[in-house]
Amino acid sequence: MNAMEKRFPTRINFRRGQVDMTHGSGGRAMAQLIEELFIKHFDNELLRQGNDQALFTPPAGRLVMSTDGHVVSPLFFPGGDIGSLSVHGTINDVAVSGARPLYLSAGFILEEGFPLVDLERIVASMANAARAAGVPVVTGDTKVVERGKGDGVFITTTGVGVVPDGLDISGAHARPGDAILVSGSIGDHGVAIMSSRENLAFETAIVSDSAALHGLVADMVKAVPEIHCLRDPTRGGLAATLNEIAYQSRVGMRLEEDDIPLRPEVDAACELLGLDPLYVANEGKLVAICPADKADALLKVMQAHDLGHKAAIIGEVIEDDMGFVTMQTGFGGTRIVDWLAGEQLPRIC
Amino acid sequence: MKYVEEFRQKDIARKLADDIARAAQTGRDYNIMEFCGGHTHAIFRYGVQDLMPENVHFVHGPGCPVCVLPIPRIDAAIELAERHDVILCTYGDMMRVPASRKNSLIKAKAAGADIRMVYSTQDALQIARDNTDRDVVFFAIGFETTTPPTAVAIKQAAAEGLANFTVFCNHVLTPAAIQHILQSPELRELGQVSIDGFLGPSHVSSVIGSAPYDFFAEEFQKPVVIAGFEPLDVMQSALMLIRQVNDGRFEVENEYTRVVTPEGNEVAKTLMAEVFALRRSFEWRGLGEVPYSALRIADAYADWDAEKRFELTKSTGTDVKGCECPAILRGVKKPTDCKLFGTVCTPDNPQGSCMVSSEGSCAAYWSFGRFRMDRVKEAAE
Amino acid sequence: MCLAIPAEVVAITDDRQTATVSLEGVRKDISLALLTDVDLGDFVLIHVGYALNKISPEEAARTLALMAELEDVQI
Repeated sequence: MNAMEKRFPTRINFRRGQVDMTHGSGGRAMAQLIEELFIKHFDNELLRQGNDQALFTPPAGRLVMSTDGHVVSPLFFPGGDIGSLSVHGTINDVAVSGARPLYLSAGFILEEGFPLVDLERIVASMANAARAAGVPVVTGDTKVVERGKGDGVFITTTGVGVVPDGLDISGAHARPGDAILVSGSIGDHGVAIMSSRENLAFETAIVSDSAALHGLVADMVKAVPEIHCLRDPTRGGLAATLNEIAYQSRVGMRLEEDDIPLRPEVDAACELLGLDPLYVANEGKLVAICPADKADALLKVMQAHDLGHKAAIIGEVIEDDMGFVTMQTGFGGTRIVDWLAGEQLPRIC
Repeated sequence: MKYVEEFRQKDIARKLADDIARAAQTGRDYNIMEFCGGHTHAIFRYGVQDLMPENVHFVHGPGCPVCVLPIPRIDAAIELAERHDVILCTYGDMMRVPASRKNSLIKAKAAGADIRMVYSTQDALQIARDNTDRDVVFFAIGFETTTPPTAVAIKQAAAEGLANFTVFCNHVLTPAAIQHILQSPELRELGQVSIDGFLGPSHVSSVIGSAPYDFFAEEFQKPVVIAGFEPLDVMQSALMLIRQVNDGRFEVENEYTRVVTPEGNEVAKTLMAEVFALRRSFEWRGLGEVPYSALRIADAYADWDAEKRFELTKSTGTDVKGCECPAILRGVKKPTDCKLFGTVCTPDNPQGSCMVSSEGSCAAYWSFGRFRMDRVKEAAE
Repeated sequence: MCLAIPAEVVAITDDRQTATVSLEGVRKDISLALLTDVDLGDFVLIHVGYALNKISPEEAARTLALMAELEDVQI
């Protein structure tokens, strides 16, 4: 091995090492971390060029860009970790415009003292998620903050994609008469997270639904290019997403509680904690709003896909310029599904 | 979920709705006070009101221990965390309740106080065991359902000699509150609140039994039906109350027989009697000073009493001007009668406890949207 | 003050201080300090990490039958 290739005298000890300030200082330690961790795992043409940016010629079409910061705690939870979450989350934000995601970037803010074994686990998970989705991480950045100034690791991912012609998807396009669909059961992710948090320890079979939805979206827009709205109900749950769209589109919505897919274990966990599943986060689900006469076709396509086999039509869009989202309860009465105020905390009352 | 879903069945609801419609006599109103905040929540969440006839009304009472905790007590809890450097353990419900100077537990936590949310007093005990170099205070609130778990924790701490664990006790008693409402001037003299009957709390009753309610029924000549927590329970109990009112009866009936017995839970009652003593008086938000309505820690367990260990300043926090929580808690006013409701006071910016607590009238009204529907209806008329 | 939920007892520790309850497969350990007379298969009301009371299957059936005004109701 000649002098040019053997840049670093010893390899990083991932099993016992920790992040320290030199990893963010731009010097040799940082270069080594980038090579032996990030480039090694993410490993693609663009990244291997070793520049501060990734240079590519985009395919023809309208471009979409989206960014997301990830601060989830705990970092590792049933069904995923902050790494896979950051990849899926941004792919989904891009995908719900109807776009085909092309590339991701990843910015890391690391806390001094963070164990390298955990960092490697996270990066490997990101790389797997990106590879499985066919959306590589082509550029990134690393900074280190002093101990106590960060929660271990924060990750920001940005994604770009291209929207095929003939699609016009926006939160402002819901129209009275449209059907409202959801791709599967709600509340899985939030409950999986809660079950990992210190004070609420219970064994469940609940696993985060974190997943990349672009394949499902591609099938959906191909079969029904007339889709009006697509969005993934993350923080704030289904309720937040529907209220956002209702507000943007200046319409109301009427839902049927019995038609909303909900796993019995998630239902039970929410009962135990006093949470309302409508407000619990999802990371692998989407909401679709389409003209009524396309609803059955759209539903069929969704149910045929791995990530949509529990898809259901859960309601309809109605005229209402006050933008209320209401729900016919399983019991026969009506309630309003409002925006969430603050954070939903487990309650005893 | 067994014993839950059966009591939420739509077709039985419809049948009960018919029964109630037939039982409720035209030409008069029936005002049913649900004392327990859990019932308030259930009524709104399932839309039970939609299945009732026009002349049957639910009046929401003060059975929300979060709502009735006066500001000075929350100030004291915050002070424990901020100035005495304790680890303050609390149930989630208390985190956002507004205290003095627009502070709250969640804001104090954001500013650096060590305030931790727990699900059980057992969690608080464990935190004390894991942090023997720090004082750990459990912020105890609640009616008789939640009091026995605190008693267990205090006894356990005493048995283990866990010297760094204390409890800041704010437990309150249901019968005293009901009595106070029934004796309130509005009710007796001004006739502003005409409550025809009470839905008795489900789980408080599972602890204290159905016997304590006999007194009210007789003394105040008002029927009480101890109601289960599910929407069918609420409807069945409303039906039983309406029938009593029609018959001119004022008995204590138990609809929630699958859980509530006349004696309640003897183990829990014995523990409470051992670990706690009655306070001569306690201030309730909205009700003022209520005699023999709250508990303090018994002298035998003084070493685990936060009020004995820590010197706490007596704050004079009062409700925000214009806040109608006091009247709303007594069932004298509706949330929509409060000028702050929906304007200054919203779930994002709560001014009073009724808006913060998930069972508070105002919060229930808002998040399940009644008031906006009413306003929309008004506008359309 | 009433957020309590019925769950099935699926395990009890030897010292009878703690039980594991299951609600649709969600398992939680709770304290039996307030309810000593409990067997596997019983349904108990749990509140803030404690079992408060047992649910009586007979009374549950009777209440449901009353509501539905049926002679025999299967729970």
